[in-house]
Amino acid sequence: MNRTAQLWLVWILLTIAGGGVLVAGMFYGGPTRAKLLIGETTSGHHQIELACNACHTSAFNSSEDIENTCHGCHDADLNAAKDSHPLKKFRDPRNADRLDKLAANKCITCHTEHRPNITNAMGVTLPNDYCALCHQDVGKNRPSHVGLGFETCASAGCHNYHDNTSIYEDFLEKHAAEPDVKDEPVVKLNTEKIESAAKGDPLSTIGAADAPDDKRAGADVMAEWLATSHAKGGVNCSGCHAPKAKGSEAIAASWIDKPDHKVCATCHGLEATTWLQGKHGMRLADKMLSETQGLYGLFQNKPLSPMRPELARLPMQSKAAHSELTCTSCHSSHAFDTKQAAIASCSGCHADEHTKAYEGSPHHKLFLAELSGNAEKGTGVSCATCHMPRAWMEGPGGYEEVLAANHNQNANLRPNEKMIRSVCMNCHGLGFSIDALADPDLIKRNFDGRPSAHIESIDWVMKRLKEKGGQ
Amino acid sequence: MLKVPRTILASAMAAGCVLAAGAGASVTAAGVAYKDVADMLIAVMVADRTVYTKKVVQRLAAKEKVVKASEHYDDDKALPLPAQMFRFGAEHVADNTDKFSYSLLSIWPINKQNAPRTELEKAGLQFVAENKGENYYGEEELGGKKYFTAVYADVAVAAVCASCHNEHKDTPRTDFKVGDVMGGVVIRIPMSE
Repeated sequence: MNRTAQLWLVWILLTIAGGGVLVAGMFYGGPTRAKLLIGETTSGHHQIELACNACHTSAFNSSEDIENTCHGCHDADLNAAKDSHPLKKFRDPRNADRLDKLAANKCITCHTEHRPNITNAMGVTLPNDYCALCHQDVGKNRPSHVGLGFETCASAGCHNYHDNTSIYEDFLEKHAAEPDVKDEPVVKLNTEKIESAAKGDPLSTIGAADAPDDKRAGADVMAEWLATSHAKGGVNCSGCHAPKAKGSEAIAASWIDKPDHKVCATCHGLEATTWLQGKHGMRLADKMLSETQGLYGLFQNKPLSPMRPELARLPMQSKAAHSELTCTSCHSSHAFDTKQAAIASCSGCHADEHTKAYEGSPHHKLFLAELSGNAEKGTGVSCATCHMPRAWMEGPGGYEEVLAANHNQNANLRPNEKMIRSVCMNCHGLGFSIDALADPDLIKRNFDGRPSAHIESIDWVMKRLKEKGGQ
Repeated sequence: MLKVPRTILASAMAAGCVLAAGAGASVTAAGVAYKDVADMLIAVMVADRTVYTKKVVQRLAAKEKVVKASEHYDDDKALPLPAQMFRFGAEHVADNTDKFSYSLLSIWPINKQNAPRTELEKAGLQFVAENKGENYYGEEELGGKKYFTAVYADVAVAAVCASCHNEHKDTPRTDFKVGDVMGGVVIRIPMSE
């Protein structure tokens, strides 16, 4: 073999090997996968972007397969929001011509991933005037809308493609006269007692901590645990560290040093489920694999690591960059202090202007007043009051609704009109809430001051009502 | 005569039309006429709609006044309106089968999205409004598929139907009375090639 042939052979072998590494990275994962992303993902998915299988369930899946993964994660939220444009509306053949203009029966028509150059707010990858495709004649029945640009439809306080539960016309009319601050500004759900999940015997009847001798914690840990409802409810050391074990030998044999969210979920199912749906926990949800099994055992199923602030796109505290996010990151192991989890745990990582402005803000003062006993229960406002509010949610098995803190921080975050009903209107009138949420500077100041923005939606509703009444 | 394959007949039966089929439609080994299937479906729809309107909404909301009926039934902790009940049924069907679909439309719609859109809808709704007691049947092609389409008058079966529509701020017509045709039910059955 002459030198040229040898070089050709080496080149071909190297090309095959290099290609093989790339293809393996794409199909099975590993360190090369990050380099193969075809475009930056949206803020909603960037944390799971290396778990390709989450959306691309197989190597050659169809767009329908991808659609199914959208529905798998997002349908419950859409149903809860009484989706204004549900899939079922577009199944009617009379809308076939509309689907020709805009395939609104597919999520990916409006939300195409990996297209950063055309991605607008809420992960929308269509020009913002897309409403015109079906609603171009809106001015016929709404003279107030004549001349408005279709790119303004989704302005804060006006319309939302999916969720209009707090901004539909009759709701605006019903709450038009509300004052900025209601007569009884109380988050009522925060005054309700949540049923304890602990089913064990109270500590008084089961005696001391049941950790094996070599796992005994110090006095400080014991003191923290004894002060919790875990201890009061009979959740002993083994309740979390050896959840299925009975008897000292079994406890020692199956002891887990650091129980994960799955252990917490055995009692706090709804909290864990919602946490896995939000940005804090989504990397740990089922089937989020950075590597999938294949190539004769060369690749193994590997879940994504827990979220770390260094992976976030929002400003974070540098000192917390490498901390891993699990249940105990916010709730701290053994103490499980919900007050710490409601504020200090958030500001321990988040370093954006809104978070940094919380201390000393009107909401913070209310929180301190409630904490000191100078104000009624439910009047304080912590980070969690707004971003992980309590809600009645469908419980395990779907049998009944259960009151719990919704740990999916994204459930009522963006667009921020989603917060109006679940959060703001506990204490504030609708008009004030809409205006406040439409003022980015006020949000940065953590609501220290009054809204400088005014959304006219309520004004228009009342004007139309007056005109109709005068006919 | 246009015939429906037996699979569609099975869907119609599943929708509760067994009695109607036995009562008069000419079921053959080859199938049953599209028109007959549509007529069976409308019989069930009208029955359910009338029962809900009279036995639930009119009785409990209008007469006994123990509960309200509201367009925003969730927020107002009230009964869904009969028209909403009907639409929920149509959506439920759409979620479960593509063998047929139906919608409630009107040439005087409160929600303008429920105005007629196709030529057949326009002709059919006009026909049933002007020819009381008669139905309108035809074929149309939508999205590349051929459909047998039937339009049936939707009549105000109770005073609450007329009064609610007359008083709604988005209504284009305010003089409905009991017995008037207020719109129409459009049933579509995809036709086999």
